[in-house]
Amino acid sequence: MSNILVLIDSCEADATETINELLTQGRNLANQVNGSLEAITFDPRHKELAGAWAEHGVNVIHYLTNSALHDYGPQAWAQGIVQIVSLVEPISVISCGSDRGHEVMANVAAILDAPFVSNCLSVTAGERWQASRLQWGGSLIEEVTVASTFPVLSFALHSCETTLSKISEPLKIISHEIELDTESAKTIVIERTEKPEGQSLETSAVVVAGGRGVGSADGFNVLETLAKLLNGKVGCSRAVTNNGWRSHTDQVGQTGKRIAPDLYIACGISGAIQHWVGAMASKNILAINTDPEANMVKKADYAVIANLHEIIPAVSDEIVRRNGQ
Amino acid sequence: MGVMRILVCVKRVPAPGAKIVITKDEQDIDSAHLGFTMSPHEECAIEAAAQLVEQHGGEITILTAGSRASDEQLRYAASVGAGSLVRIENNTGIDWDPQHTARSLSTAVQALEDEFGGYDLLLFGNEAADTGGYQTGIRTAHLLGRPIVNAINGIEIVGDSFVARRETPSGVEVYRVPTPAAFGVKEGINLPRYPTMKGRLASKKLSVAVVEDHSEPGEQCRVRLFRPNEAAKETVILGRDSEAAGAVVDLLEELGLI
Ligand SMILES: Cc1cc2nc3c(=O)[nH]c(=O)nc-3n(C[C@H](O)[C@H](O)[C@H](O)COP(=O)(O)OP(=O)(O)OC[C@H]3O[C@@H](n4cnc5c(N)ncnc54)[C@H](O)[C@@H]3O)c2cc1C
Ligand SMILES: Nc1ncnc2c1ncn2[C@@H]1O[C@H](COP(=O)(O)O)[C@@H](O)[C@H]1O
Repeated sequence: MSNILVLIDSCEADATETINELLTQGRNLANQVNGSLEAITFDPRHKELAGAWAEHGVNVIHYLTNSALHDYGPQAWAQGIVQIVSLVEPISVISCGSDRGHEVMANVAAILDAPFVSNCLSVTAGERWQASRLQWGGSLIEEVTVASTFPVLSFALHSCETTLSKISEPLKIISHEIELDTESAKTIVIERTEKPEGQSLETSAVVVAGGRGVGSADGFNVLETLAKLLNGKVGCSRAVTNNGWRSHTDQVGQTGKRIAPDLYIACGISGAIQHWVGAMASKNILAINTDPEANMVKKADYAVIANLHEIIPAVSDEIVRRNGQ
Repeated sequence: MGVMRILVCVKRVPAPGAKIVITKDEQDIDSAHLGFTMSPHEECAIEAAAQLVEQHGGEITILTAGSRASDEQLRYAASVGAGSLVRIENNTGIDWDPQHTARSLSTAVQALEDEFGGYDLLLFGNEAADTGGYQTGIRTAHLLGRPIVNAINGIEIVGDSFVARRETPSGVEVYRVPTPAAFGVKEGINLPRYPTMKGRLASKKLSVAVVEDHSEPGEQCRVRLFRPNEAAKETVILGRDSEAAGAVVDLLEELGLI
């Protein structure tokens, strides 16, 4: 029988949604080849989570342990996965397209000298596998074929809607003590600090972002004031981080953050594709720009053609005025 | 660590602005009217190397696999601190897929090490700006038998090891990797410097060593490239200048944000 092996990393942000989407993709692949979907986890809490995974079509859970593996290690995880690959002989190993997912799959593919197709949107199994995948941080789609009977795959985040598909046979959980060599143990996390929970750029309902048009680090004060009134956060473009006006943690885009707020206010941002891919999932976009031809203005839902240093304080004043009434 | 030797791998990519245009045969980006650059992650990897060398002494080599035009990116790297430039020439017409690229890069690194001595540190971008494969660095490190961690936002030297930091959605992870090591670097690790005039002039004089590529092709093959459909929509212009403030606040109320 042809099996699909899926890495479930329950430590990811948005773990539940991300995992359910991945399992939906995995179940779909398993159905294509009439096979079973077997999960790999390193999470000691897997027994509590197993029920939910089974709802999404997992037949077997392989729980991997090793006394040295007290925390995440990309190469150690990959070494463990490769041991399960030789046991289960799947036709593919898949993960979600997160930093960790990509990293572990790239290591698995490197060990096995197999192709690794990253950030897939959809995949068709076969003699030659076919896949569509993201390029340019999501600005382009590439269709590829893979001349291998064993591709390693990662699925882009939000590449599908999740569907339930309960399996009739009972779920099996198997524990494995894996072997680790000293090489893969070199890249295990030695220390971890959790950041306090709170509102971040990614979770904020409103993001007021500034670009080169803001003109200086101090120029962001008017954006901060508006963001505060809207209980939102301030973001920025790469032109801003490159000028040292704000920290890279505020950057939205291909090499910054992907966000999906209810409202994105883009002030003095031209709307280069590398910026746009970070903001395009926003539910509403309001562009503020002096140039009516700016790409951001053309792509936004709403726009104001104005100098941001005039309109933004005027908007803040108007909010305060109406709040006072 | 003695004199530290660092090698950074960079890839030449087009720099599209507002829109990407695909060629008629759907195989590539139409770059006829575009400038070229490298991924911001790779610019930051070069800057990380430059800072380590400033603090601890050492030398930086830049390696790329690409056509002769990629010398532009090598020279840019030289203008901000790199001392040797190496380009892998590919004349076989084989597509640069990640498996193939990693084979070529690792073969070239091995040859450079045999000739000039080992590298303490190999740096890559976390992912290439165009294809975004998330794997070339990891594959290359494997072929060379080096430990590697990706998505790194901080590198320090502590004793005989590199201590690297990685920001995750939930916090910070720390790795301690003995030398020789490799990392995939993310933008944000530093603020890359701009080249000085002196740096630019010096980079013009530096020669690029060119090596041939005879590696096996990879297994991933492009069928076509296309732009995802975007629903065409009209932008609602709320107004011009400060007079639009009222309309903006009306919208905020409508969206239930105030
Ligand atoms: C591989 C790669 C990855 C990249 N990743 C990112 C990324 O993650 N995020 C990102 O943002 N960029 C990224 N970029 C850079 C991107 O291509 C653009 O260079 C960048 O987004 C431009 O920033 P900007 O819009 O602020 O500046 P500009 O393009 O210079 O635009 C400034 C805008 O401000 C307007 N303006 C000026 N003054 C005013 C005023 N007083 N009031 C109102 N409007 C005004 C102008 O009309 C103009 O539209 C990347 C590039 C590459 C090659
Ligand atoms: N043709 C190339 N030449 C040199 N380095 C490359 C090349 N392609 C990829 N790399 C390096 O590998 C990293 C990851 O690439 P990728 O796996 O293709 O996303 C890049 O950021 C570069 O540092």
